[in-house]
Amino acid sequence: MTKRAALTDLPLVLDRVSLSAGATTMLDRLNLAITPGAPTLVLGPNGAGKTSLLRVCMGLAAPSAGTVSWGGRTDRGLGRRAMLLQKPVMLRRSVAANVAYALAQAGCPRHRRAARTEELLDRVALLGLAARPARRLSSGEQQRVALARALAREPEILLLDEPTASLDPAATRHVEEIILMASQSGTKIVMASHDLGQVRRLAGDVVFLVRGRLCEHASVGDFFDRPSSAEAAAFIHGELVL
Amino acid sequence: MLNRRLFIAIAVIFTFLACSGASASAQEQSIVLASTTSTRDSGLFDHILPLFTTKSGIEVRVVAQGTGQALDAGRRGDADVVFVHARAQEEKFVEHGFGVRRFDVMYNDFVLIGPRGDPAGIKGSPDIAVALTSIQSKKAAFVSRGDKSGTHFAELGLWKAAGVDIAAMKGSWYKEIGQGMGAALNTASAMDAYVLSDRATWLAFKNRGELEIVVEGDKRLFNQYGVILVNPARHPSVKAEPGQRFIDWLISPEGQQAIGEFNIDGQQLFFPNAEQKRS
Amino acid sequence: MSEGLDAWQLIASGDATLISIVRLSLTVTLGAVAVAAVVGLPLGALLALTRFPGRSALVVLVNGFMGLPPVVVGLTVYLLLSRSGPLGEFGLLFTPAAMVIAQALLVLPIIAALTRQTIEDLWREYRDELTAMGVGPTGRVATLLWDSRFSLITAMLAGFGRAAAEVGTVMIVGGNIDGFTRTMTTTIALETSKGDLPLAMGLGAILIGLILAINAAAWGLRLWSEQRVA
Repeated sequence: MTKRAALTDLPLVLDRVSLSAGATTMLDRLNLAITPGAPTLVLGPNGAGKTSLLRVCMGLAAPSAGTVSWGGRTDRGLGRRAMLLQKPVMLRRSVAANVAYALAQAGCPRHRRAARTEELLDRVALLGLAARPARRLSSGEQQRVALARALAREPEILLLDEPTASLDPAATRHVEEIILMASQSGTKIVMASHDLGQVRRLAGDVVFLVRGRLCEHASVGDFFDRPSSAEAAAFIHGELVL
Repeated sequence: MLNRRLFIAIAVIFTFLACSGASASAQEQSIVLASTTSTRDSGLFDHILPLFTTKSGIEVRVVAQGTGQALDAGRRGDADVVFVHARAQEEKFVEHGFGVRRFDVMYNDFVLIGPRGDPAGIKGSPDIAVALTSIQSKKAAFVSRGDKSGTHFAELGLWKAAGVDIAAMKGSWYKEIGQGMGAALNTASAMDAYVLSDRATWLAFKNRGELEIVVEGDKRLFNQYGVILVNPARHPSVKAEPGQRFIDWLISPEGQQAIGEFNIDGQQLFFPNAEQKRS
Repeated sequence: MSEGLDAWQLIASGDATLISIVRLSLTVTLGAVAVAAVVGLPLGALLALTRFPGRSALVVLVNGFMGLPPVVVGLTVYLLLSRSGPLGEFGLLFTPAAMVIAQALLVLPIIAALTRQTIEDLWREYRDELTAMGVGPTGRVATLLWDSRFSLITAMLAGFGRAAAEVGTVMIVGGNIDGFTRTMTTTIALETSKGDLPLAMGLGAILIGLILAINAAAWGLRLWSEQRVA
């Protein structure tokens, strides 16, 4: 634990990062620095490269060109990052076992796991479902299990890929509250979204992507009030951005 | 978690079964006897082996194969004693140093089995050579073991005695099945064919259908059994001491009497004829 | 046990010989499946999760070996375990251990091939999640094996079915020794060769019943635990 605390993953810096598979380019020479502070929201139309950006930030995908560094280190070995996938995969076991599994992987000693599991489940309000098979839960509940698993890593950076895309308003609110709480306790949130209201509610700064390129990176106020690009202006006004 | 424990419990049971399967071979004292299907299928071993085991405490594990295969098991060192019926090959086996010494034990006889309809018209013939010649000339269906067993060799010898060059004369009427006595009888029963069988297996056989004995009693149908200890000089793993004890018992008056007593429905099947002069 | 008794009388009387034959059959077959699982599950997982030169060839080989002829396996093991063979010094030929070894070889490709397929499919689903959780190679194998346990039980049942129904290898390497290496299938073959077809059929019915019972038990276990874990 002490060794991990000594290392930091911030700032997360992308230097001319490209990601392509065959002829398709997902990310195109992207420069970006993510620093501690309020949540960074990644915004853009479908197919803009939001998921690819998060995967590169997490270290799940290696850039085809350019470099990514975490706190100055370029090895992709997991530091203090966690990611919530767009469609989280529940392991074939109970809710509590899913969280305990993540705790074990994060190096939590065995004798503390039960207490920590309870704590995390309490945090995502799933204590009552602890013994249920995780795969039988609703998608909103599964998102919360996945959140608990991600938080189990006590991450310095938490990457979230449209965590509320398929949730109803009540469930969305619930998830957002958990995210804000994590943010307030010092975790850097990087979250993809295409919901402008959500961006206004959560963001400190906004990263706006179009066709794999960084179109704009601005504070949330500047982004909405004074967008510097035509694409961003169009997107804010609910027009189609191609 | 309960689930996981259950799975682990099952895994442990499996592993235990695997181990017990492997250790089931641990037994006080035992020998492997390579013998023929005729001695096993007739029930002879079921009768005599318990007598020997009770007396000596030695368990006899019988692997019943054709004579050729049984001798081969001895040659490879996989059996301690061979108990077969093909004299020429047995003598060669000893001559080549694979066996220590051959002892006569007993004889039984072959019978020619055929369908009740008797298409070759040989029923009751006292001469096996004449009967076989007739089968060949009428191309009546005949099932041959074709498995290099003692019975197969005996059959080939009888064709030769009848002056039939079976290798040259065989046609679709002559069916070599390459299997044991029981399978040959089953085949003959299914296709109403003639077949040469040892009397013991025939008497114990239950799926006779239309089959019956057509020729018996010819001296050339007698069938001598011999027993040989596999040479421990050749294969140090051979359990020579208990193996020899089994052989000694088999040719002793006691063993010989047990063989003579064995019968099916009152009919004696094996006739002991060991020389009674060993110490 | 061949003296005029029929199979149903044997079952009803709880014939000691029959019970020992059934017990040996189950011990050998389950033992073989256990050994094959210990080797086949990690092997299948390895094939599913690693990329190395010659992997495709190995996958084809393992898949192809699912149809390995029992007689060939039996003969190979016979020659290996024979006193004159390379492993002769252990004296395993004509023992239940030899039968376990031979059947394990027969079952191994089935378990390994089905495991590879199952794990490969599951890994596609789990890859990002496990990587994001920082699961190492060993943990990956363990997690995937555990999470596909229901499918793997089916794979093991397939292996069990093949081993239980098989007569060629156990006959050759076991020698069909009365009271020592005689199993259900070799007894059936023996009774058939003695022409006692009703007894052989009766024993066959018992064998089929046993295989069905074990499959039913495994199926029940699967349903029961799926209820809990989905």
